[in-house]
Amino acid sequence: MSLYTRRIWTNRIGIALSMLAMAFGLLALLWILWTLFYNGFSALSWNFFTQDTPAPGSEGGGLRNAIVGSLMIVGVTTLVSTPIGILAGIYLAEFGTTSKFAATTRFITDIMLSAPSIVVGLFVYALVVATLGGFSGWAGSLALSLIAIPVVVRTTENMLLLVPTSLREAAFAVGAPRWQVSLKVTLRAVKAGVVTGILLSIARVTGETAPLLFTALNNQFYSTNMSQPMGNLPVVIFQFAMSPYDNWVSLAWGGALLIALLVLGINVIARVLFRKKSSD
Amino acid sequence: MSDMAPPIDLHASQVRKFNIQDMLFHQVTLVFAFIVLAALAGILISLAIEALPVLKQTGPAFLWTNVWNVPEEQFGALSAIYGTVVTSVIALLIAVPVSFGIALFLTETCPVWLRRPLGTAIELLAGVPSIIYGIWGLFVFAPLFAQHVQPHLQTALGDVPVIGGWFAGPPIGIGILTAGIVLSLMVIPFVASVMRDVFETVPAPLKESAYGVGCTTWEVVVNVVLPYTRVGVIGGIMLGLGRALGETMAVTFVIGNANRIVGSLFAPGTSIASTLANEFGEADPGLHISSLFALGLVLFVITFVVLALSRWLIHRGTVKQGK
Repeated sequence: MSLYTRRIWTNRIGIALSMLAMAFGLLALLWILWTLFYNGFSALSWNFFTQDTPAPGSEGGGLRNAIVGSLMIVGVTTLVSTPIGILAGIYLAEFGTTSKFAATTRFITDIMLSAPSIVVGLFVYALVVATLGGFSGWAGSLALSLIAIPVVVRTTENMLLLVPTSLREAAFAVGAPRWQVSLKVTLRAVKAGVVTGILLSIARVTGETAPLLFTALNNQFYSTNMSQPMGNLPVVIFQFAMSPYDNWVSLAWGGALLIALLVLGINVIARVLFRKKSSD
Repeated sequence: MSDMAPPIDLHASQVRKFNIQDMLFHQVTLVFAFIVLAALAGILISLAIEALPVLKQTGPAFLWTNVWNVPEEQFGALSAIYGTVVTSVIALLIAVPVSFGIALFLTETCPVWLRRPLGTAIELLAGVPSIIYGIWGLFVFAPLFAQHVQPHLQTALGDVPVIGGWFAGPPIGIGILTAGIVLSLMVIPFVASVMRDVFETVPAPLKESAYGVGCTTWEVVVNVVLPYTRVGVIGGIMLGLGRALGETMAVTFVIGNANRIVGSLFAPGTSIASTLANEFGEADPGLHISSLFALGLVLFVITFVVLALSRWLIHRGTVKQGK
């Protein structure tokens, strides 16, 4: 074989393999989604949303307590992590472009983005659960906040850095103080990007299971008391999927489908929102 | 100076007010930035304090002792570290070539109108919560793997010296190899996204010159793009490694949760994260819980180092664009 044909064939094989890799990735996504729909769709019914998790051995049941618990825990997480994340992001973008402290914070935030979430659960257990005497929805929210904050910080900072300096200078030139420039000019200019970051942080924590295992724990009964252990979708899915009861496993699939739809839905909305805004 | 006009004074007080507000605003945002730092320090300190009882007893030997005996209160991290490292290595062995292929396809051969939707699909794969991978791995992938893949692996490779032992034992589906494969699916989107991003930093003239002298696409990628983006690519791989090491739910479902080291990859094992997920809830106060905290500390320190390296490399790999 001549050198020329060998090079052509190497190229063809390489490109074919890369297409195969792409197909592999897409197939994995489709396969997982298909499995979720196939197994989870039959579990979704009226009872799924209106009944609580069944006791061992009993028939039927739903995930009402877990859905409400998850909504509350994630809701509190969002309320806590959004202001903290945005203000920290403003600091990094507006005040901390050169300081050592800001560089360190930026570095740590990046690492916290990918740090093992179960370790965050351990930390909150040691900090809150062990000292204040018990698992609670608040502890769960705290653990999730620690995971959500870095997402908000980094997107806020990245978005603010995209604001042209001339916009800031224009605001300064008419005598606006710095805090007004930050909150009323630059932050407003990148509103869509910041909202995207918040949505992504919600998507990220909604499916997080590991940090809730030792913080919010779980609750078999309907409860809206955040100072008590609280039912939540991820932990229920984990426990029910590992159980020997068929209706539990079926509920786990239903819960998994619900979470996947929610998370992927938020991801898609965030992308569309951001793209529409940034192409204006 | 005494006859200075009153309006100017008014103006000065306004400026003073703004200055105070600005200072406050600066301080407030700084405090919130500090919270992020404090959280990290808090995690390290609290894990270290809680791990102290067991570390006092065993010393650094905790890291290389292969025993996990809850009733007799003897604890060592080796089997969990082994499972964590082996599953992550398997995950990377699969994820790195596949991610490279995806990044190559998305940056070089994919039609432009398809790049965005396909890239988004890969990023969505990253958004799928890990518990979904776990439940899918346990109920869908593991049975198929046990039935259709493991027996063939065994007949094909079981008699090969050295590596034959990796495929010994009953093909039960769950085990270290399955955990590694499920992990690889989780890691691919992260590695592929970083690779795509750094591939895009290669200046077009550089690639065009290579095409101009007659290089094939494959040659351009291997001889121009890869050397140019080497640092960023390694950073992406490290990011994947950091993710794989700390992943909990996907692994817990399929690794089998057996605290021992067996040479076969088909055998059930355990990882640090899965041990924590399984045992922490029911652990007795005392040495057992302390050992679990020590495991958490080990995991956090390892992933911290890996992620710090990854961040540094990716940063170096992408700023090169500007130089």
